[in-house]
Amino acid sequence: MNVLRRRTWLGWLQLSHEPSRLLVALAGIAFADVLMFMQLGFQASLFDSNTRLARTLNADVILVSPKAKNSQNLSTFSRRRLYQALDIPGVTQATALYSNLLTWKNPQTRQDTVVQLIGFDPDHTPFDLPDLKTQQDLLKLPDVVVFDRRSRGKYGEVISQLEEGTVVTTEAEGRTLSIQGIFSLGASFGADGTLLTSDQTFLRILPRRNRGSISLGLLQLAPEANPAQVVAQLRARLPEDVNVFTQEEFIAAEKRYWQTESPIGFIFTMGTAMAFVVGVVIVYQVLSTDVNAHLQEYATFKAMGYRHRYLLGVIFEEAVILALLGFIPGFILPIGLYRVAARATALPIAMTVHRALMVLGLTLIMCLLSGAIATRRLQGADPADMF
Amino acid sequence: MSNPNSAVLTIAHLDHAFGVGELRKQVLFDIHLTLQGGEIVIMTGPSGSGKTTLLTLMGGLRSVQKGSLKFLGLELCGATERQRVEVRRHIGYIFQAHNLHGSLTALQNVRMGLELHRQYSVAEMEQRASQALEAVGLGDRISYYPANLSGGQRQRVAIARALVSQPKLLLADEPTAALDRQSGRDVVTLMQHLAQEQGCTILLVTHDNRILDVADRIIEMEDGRLLASRTVNS
Repeated sequence: MNVLRRRTWLGWLQLSHEPSRLLVALAGIAFADVLMFMQLGFQASLFDSNTRLARTLNADVILVSPKAKNSQNLSTFSRRRLYQALDIPGVTQATALYSNLLTWKNPQTRQDTVVQLIGFDPDHTPFDLPDLKTQQDLLKLPDVVVFDRRSRGKYGEVISQLEEGTVVTTEAEGRTLSIQGIFSLGASFGADGTLLTSDQTFLRILPRRNRGSISLGLLQLAPEANPAQVVAQLRARLPEDVNVFTQEEFIAAEKRYWQTESPIGFIFTMGTAMAFVVGVVIVYQVLSTDVNAHLQEYATFKAMGYRHRYLLGVIFEEAVILALLGFIPGFILPIGLYRVAARATALPIAMTVHRALMVLGLTLIMCLLSGAIATRRLQGADPADMF
Repeated sequence: MSNPNSAVLTIAHLDHAFGVGELRKQVLFDIHLTLQGGEIVIMTGPSGSGKTTLLTLMGGLRSVQKGSLKFLGLELCGATERQRVEVRRHIGYIFQAHNLHGSLTALQNVRMGLELHRQYSVAEMEQRASQALEAVGLGDRISYYPANLSGGQRQRVAIARALVSQPKLLLADEPTAALDRQSGRDVVTLMQHLAQEQGCTILLVTHDNRILDVADRIIEMEDGRLLASRTVNS
């Protein structure tokens, strides 16, 4: 402690003595930080938005086809598996979801647009959506659908009409649909919007879909049942044409798809890595220029009896100062950019403490790495050349 | 205060060569030299005669290859890097260029000469550094950056930095080369005055005939050999 108190903060004095060089360095680090924040933010919103449907499901155990890729490409399996599942002790209720992508006419622009259509039995509550509960009875009428108010696209006028209670009609697959309500889910990378309807209407809109081929099976367990045990029994009992997941496993599988199977997850990881490399290069440039500019002074310090270690300390001091100062604008700017991006894409993007700490850590590593490379320049500081 | 009669630096049978094999070139031959405490010695000689090499060996900036070089009784031939760094802390240096750190004020530059010596507290360092600057006549410039000082003033800060930790030996390489006549004279007089006050031994390499009169002894190097010394001021 005393050693630190005695120390002249040479790194800080060197940096602050050249404000223009310092500003350039900080701008560079902030730039790299903003890039990392944006890439990581989009990646997180990818996972967030695409697992949202899975998280909204009101089920203890989920049955899904092994051919399913993600919430938009669920494939189908036989409804008989649902009835078989009801035989397992502990399973109290089983309900089917039908899901398909649907091309409909955007009621506002009259343009063909793709949305995800999900059909379910209106006597059950397969979704944990509070604003849906009051509207579920409406869905018992034929050709009635409810619409996600947080869908991506030009739906502003339609949504305000729906909020006022006006019924809006549009067309899909040659049928007239009447939108009689709204709920709140949110767009994802896979779907711009979501329509919910009854299983009856679903099958009427898409006559090629078969009542016996369902997309998801949602099972409710008795409160006293042991979920792990029931899942094990289901896996043993049901044939291999259906996968049994707990809700957490289903969410994880969805996330895994976007992380590894879709190129999108990889692109954002790559983008973050590129931003990191850009940051390393910028900070290295600044630090090595600084070392070069002070080689003679450093050699003098060595002649005075300072150890090589001391000079390494100066460079790392500079690296840490740059990382911390550069992080401040690099943290503030993305907060605004996240708002802009969230508005433009209807995706959930916001600053999180976890991500801020992660980028701060990456920034420190970035600057220390650059510092470590820049110390090689110190070899030039030879006090024997001073005289 | 060192005892004026004891030797600060003793050199015997010192040889030094650069390069290896075919390219090996010997630059110092059988040097014998003793610097007494408090003595001011001027070393002259044509460029390339080995003065600078001898100076870097004395200052612990280069490893001694052959012969004996003792600083305050410590043999530097075969000394470790660590020992040499330790020796450097007890020697003051003044270079041809002032080599002050441009991002540090005069006071901070001088303080750097003290920071290596653990016995001083922060307050003591500040106090000693400003006293050293006052002693070189720059008491009113302590918070100036080197860029805002004249050449003579910068060299005076360098002297304050070299002497602030009260070294036993001051090595100076052409300290007046970059200065005009009057500033050069002032700088040398100042060195002489301060060194005498502290009992510090000075070895000064110079081509400047105008300052030879400050020396107790003048030694001459030629082709890597030390010629007979002459004593002045006696």
